[in-house]
Amino acid sequence: MSTMTTATVIDPRIRSLVTPEGVDLRVRLATASERAGALLIDLAILVATLIALTFVVIGAFSAARASGGSEVIAVIWLLGAFLLRNFYFTAFECSARGATPGKRFMGIRVAARNGGALSADRIIARNAMRELELYLPIGFLFTGAQDVGALIVLCGIVWCAVFVFFPLFNRDRLRLGDIVAGTWVLKAPKRTLLPDMAQHSENAAFKFTETQLDKYGVKELQVLEGVLRDHDAEAMRLVAERIRVKIDWRRPSRELDSDFLRAYYAALRRRLEQKLLFGVRKRDKHDNV
Amino acid sequence: MDQSLRSLRFRLEREATWERLEALLTQAERRSPQSLSDEDMLAIPALYRATLSSLSVARATSLDQALVDYLEALSARAYFFVYGARTTLAERIFDFFLNTWPSTVRGMWRETLAAALMTVAGLAAAYFLVRSDPSFYFSFVPESLAGGRDPTASTEQLRSTLYGATNSRVPLSVFAAFLFTHNAQISLFAFALGIAFCLPSVLLIAYNGCSLGAMFAVFDSHGLALPFGGWILVHGVTELFAIMLAGAAGIRIGWAVAFPGALSRLQAAERAGREGGVAMLGVVIMLFVAGMLEGFARQLVVQDGARYAIAAASALIWFSYFYIPRGRRA
Repeated sequence: MSTMTTATVIDPRIRSLVTPEGVDLRVRLATASERAGALLIDLAILVATLIALTFVVIGAFSAARASGGSEVIAVIWLLGAFLLRNFYFTAFECSARGATPGKRFMGIRVAARNGGALSADRIIARNAMRELELYLPIGFLFTGAQDVGALIVLCGIVWCAVFVFFPLFNRDRLRLGDIVAGTWVLKAPKRTLLPDMAQHSENAAFKFTETQLDKYGVKELQVLEGVLRDHDAEAMRLVAERIRVKIDWRRPSRELDSDFLRAYYAALRRRLEQKLLFGVRKRDKHDNV
Repeated sequence: MDQSLRSLRFRLEREATWERLEALLTQAERRSPQSLSDEDMLAIPALYRATLSSLSVARATSLDQALVDYLEALSARAYFFVYGARTTLAERIFDFFLNTWPSTVRGMWRETLAAALMTVAGLAAAYFLVRSDPSFYFSFVPESLAGGRDPTASTEQLRSTLYGATNSRVPLSVFAAFLFTHNAQISLFAFALGIAFCLPSVLLIAYNGCSLGAMFAVFDSHGLALPFGGWILVHGVTELFAIMLAGAAGIRIGWAVAFPGALSRLQAAERAGREGGVAMLGVVIMLFVAGMLEGFARQLVVQDGARYAIAAASALIWFSYFYIPRGRRA
């Protein structure tokens, strides 16, 4: 149990998502900057698509030497802009990945807050709200007015700003569309299965006593895991020296830092995992269980 | 082998399962879920549960942080796949037209009625104001949108706007596309505004009624009430209905936020928002139909009788589609 509370304390962005099988997936919320980045990418794609379509039509009509190209272009800009503006986000978020290209690039996705299926009506509702949160403020920014009109526009901008910056003022980074649709945006990282650092690390040349292995806890073990994975010679030298002092390790003349660290890591992990099996989790070096 | 770490042995025994799941998910996401064979499709839930149980075991017994992170990410990815995509898009579309859309609209009858009343109230208010003093006209209809239909025009001019092509220089397809996108944008707006406690939605709907009432007053004062009715109702039945529904969806959200009842404010907004999403998709479809009627049918059909016939037919179709009760959904 203590693990769960420490995890929540360490990262305020972790939320529990309990699957019907009863396992907490401990998902992580996307940050505001990731979401803004995703939005900018998507908007760039929208504009680029429209421009590309226009060029295609111009090219096709001039190649065929036909007239009426301007009519088709007008329809493309009217209908195309409308369809892209309203359905680009919806269509992509309806796919299995639940993310627009921009979101995919940033490694985030949309999910239902209750952990259920991300149904089409949720996605439509969350994107219909973009009208208020995104397009209306943009529209206001391009409205020219004078005197009283300018004041009204200014009021409009302030009013819109409430919606635009809404995600920054709540715990779950929900924008208005998320509230209305019951969704949130989560990190959806793709991780590869890294090699286990304990594999082929245990070395009969190193024999650690129980006292030496009781000096550290889980937290230090995981820091050590990171150091071993990074494989930075300088960092390894420093860490090896620290550990040697801490556990009173007499260094044989030709001992490599990496060998020592790997062996200590494997031994420490064996020791801590053994304790874990008996229900004892030594959190860190200060945790005297 | 028995010398090695338990957690390491655990991993070596199960690695293949996780990697297979990862490969299948990657394939399904890159291409589509349909690209998987039946056998693979059936394997995913089993692999998902096996991975999930590995995650539980790993959390309890393994101190390899990278392994736990990997399993968390993989389980979440598989979870969204297994519990996310239950129906295909075709099934969803079919179900939408058969059940979801009409039943949602039926469920919003109170809000729809309120929106209709607001429209009528706006219409009546503007009508009487403009009849008593025509200078009120431009408070309701912006000059750029009036297109010559204003109190200063002669009866002949007004008549010609009802039967002639709206603007001979603009092709019909562009005109229809413009009308559709313009109206759809307004109705989406009416919906989105609802979150601010209904008020902006209600005002927008009332204003929509006002501009209609003002125009009606101008035509009526020249004895052109009947032709104007035919001109506006060809597409107006569909369009006004759609805008009322959009407003109704907005009202529902605003109402849910203001008066959530037994639910929390967040839950109430969420429920109303999901229903609103369905209604809005329907509204966009209706407006597309309205845009077609306005852009093509109105310009091509110029007899009053035929125009009223189209209006009556569309009213009958929409009302029976939405409000005739059907058997409970399976």
